Amino acid sequence: MTEVQETILPGVGVRHDFTTTEGRNMGVVVHHDGRREIVMYKDDDPDACSSIVSLNPTDTQTLGEILGVSVVAEVVSEVRQELAGFSLDWVELGDDSPGVGGTIGEGEYRSKTGASIIAVIRNARPLPSPGPDFTFFAGDIAIIVGSKDEVQQLRTTLCG
Amino acid sequence: MVPVLAAGSAETALAFIEVGALIFGLGMLARLAGRLGITAVPLYLIAGLVFGEGGIVTLDVSEDFVSLAAEIGVLLLLFALGLEYSDVELREGLRTGIPPGLVDMFSSAGIGLALGLLLGWSPLAATLLAGVTWVSSSGVISKVLADLGRVGNRETKSVLNLLVIEDLAMAIYLPVVAAVIVGGTLTETLGSVAIALVVVTVILLAALRFGRGLSDQLGRGNDETLLLAVFGLVLLVAGIAQSFDVSGAIGAFLVGLALSGRTEERVLVLVSPLRDLFAATFFVFFTFQIDPRDLIGMLGWAVLLAFLTAAAKVLTGWYAARRMEVGTRGRFRAGTVLIARGEFSIVIAALGVDLADGPELGALAAAYVLITAVLGPIATRYSDPMVGWFQRRGSKTELAPAAVS
Repeated sequence: MTEVQETILPGVGVRHDFTTTEGRNMGVVVHHDGRREIVMYKDDDPDACSSIVSLNPTDTQTLGEILGVSVVAEVVSEVRQELAGFSLDWVELGDDSPGVGGTIGEGEYRSKTGASIIAVIRNARPLPSPGPDFTFFAGDIAIIVGSKDEVQQLRTTLCG
Repeated sequence: MVPVLAAGSAETALAFIEVGALIFGLGMLARLAGRLGITAVPLYLIAGLVFGEGGIVTLDVSEDFVSLAAEIGVLLLLFALGLEYSDVELREGLRTGIPPGLVDMFSSAGIGLALGLLLGWSPLAATLLAGVTWVSSSGVISKVLADLGRVGNRETKSVLNLLVIEDLAMAIYLPVVAAVIVGGTLTETLGSVAIALVVVTVILLAALRFGRGLSDQLGRGNDETLLLAVFGLVLLVAGIAQSFDVSGAIGAFLVGLALSGRTEERVLVLVSPLRDLFAATFFVFFTFQIDPRDLIGMLGWAVLLAFLTAAAKVLTGWYAARRMEVGTRGRFRAGTVLIARGEFSIVIAALGVDLADGPELGALAAAYVLITAVLGPIATRYSDPMVGWFQRRGSKTELAPAAVS
C-alpha cells in the first residue's frame, strides 16, 4: 500500500496525505468534529491545496462504502462492541492451513465447532455471507463469530 | 447586579433597555462582520468607542452588570482556548515549535517592548505592550484558514504549532505580569510572582493528573448539568486563583486544559455561545473606558507598530514554514496569516487599565488591534499574488543587466 503521512494539526485534527499512483498529491483532513475534507495539492505550488469536498460522518460512511475495502475494519470494530458475550475474530489462512482448498460445506465448520463464518476478505475485498460451496484460498481472511471457545476451536480447525 | 434589581422597576426597566439595546446592536454588528467576511472584534471595539466615555452615548445604570459580564467574558475566552488543544497536540506543538516560538517572542514582543520604552512608559506598561504585539489571534487565524481553504495546506501545521507555543507562553506570561501589577516592594513582588508560578504549576499538575477522571465525572450528566457544572467550576477556580493574586483568566485556561476527550468536545459546543455573548461584552466594555480622542492621538504609533510587527510576523512565519520545508509562497502565506492580533491582545492590555500609562496603553492596543485584525486577513488573502509580483519583478531586474551587456 502507498505510504500515508499523518500530520497532527493542533486545534483542527489530523491531516493524512499521500501521492497517488498517477503522481497527484492528495490529502484528507479529519476534523475534531468528525468532518472530513478531501483536498488535492496544486501542481505549481505543492504546499497549497484546493478543497474538493467536505463530508460529515454519514457522508464519509457512504463514500467509504462505495470505495469499499478498509471500511470493513471500522464496521467490524463497531460490531465487536455491540456483541457482548460473543467473540468476533479475524482468521488469516496460510498456505498450509487445513481449510485451504476445501469448501465451507465440506468443512462442516458450524456443526463441528458452533462458530459461524460471517464474511471473508479476499484481496482486500469483503465477501459477506459466504455459502456452503465457498472455497477457501490461501491468504483469505475469515471473519468468524461465536462464543469464545467456539471461535477458538474454529480458528484451530481452519488454520491448524 | 442585585442593587440594579432592588432599585425599583423604573431603574430595572432602564437597565433592561440599555443592556438589550447594547446586545442587540452587537448582534447587528456581528452580522455585518459576517457579511464583510471579517471577524467581529474590530466592530465591537468601535462600538465601545462610540458609546462609553467621551463618546456619543454613555451607559448609565447597567455599567456594573456590563463590567461583570466583561470579566466573565475574559474567563470564557481563556477557558475555550484551554479546551482547544489536547495533551497530545500540546506535546506535538512543543516538540517542533520552540525555535520559531523564540523568534516570535524576540521579534514581535521585542518591538512592542521597545516602542513602550521609547514612549517613556514604565517598564511594566512596556511589558504589557510587548504582550499585546506578541500574541496572534487564534480566533481570527482559524477563521481565515477555514475561509481561504488553507486548512489542508502544508504550511498550516507550522502556523498552528506557533499558536500552541504562544498559548503556552501566555500561561506563564499572564500570571507573572498580573502578579507584578499588584506590585509592592521588590520582595513583595518577587513573593507574589513566586506564589503565582506555584499556583499555576499546582493547578497544571492537578489538571494533568486528575483531568481525565474529572472529565469522566463531569461527562456523566446531560447537557444541562454539564454546562452548569463547568461554568461554575470555571468561575470557582478563577476566583480562587484571583484570591492568590494569580490572574483568574489563567485559572480558567487551566480548567480548559484539564478537560479532555468526549467531555471536552461537548463542553466546547455548549460553552461557545456563552463565550461569544460574554466576550462581545468584554470587547465593548474595554473601549468604553477609552476616550476616542486618546485613540486618535495614538493612531500614528499604532500604524507604525502594526507595520513593524507585521514584518516581524512575516519573518516568524517564513522561518517556521521553512523549517517544515515549505516553498516560498507557502512561507509568505504562513507569515501573513499571523499578522492578525485580536482577543488576547485586548485581554493583556486590559490588565494594565489601572497603571499610570494605562489609558495610553489601552488606546494604543485598541487602535493596533483594529488595524491588524482588519488588514491582516486582507494581507494574507493577497499573499500569493504579491509573491508572484515580487518574483516577476525580481526576474526582470535580473534580466535587465544581462540585456545591456
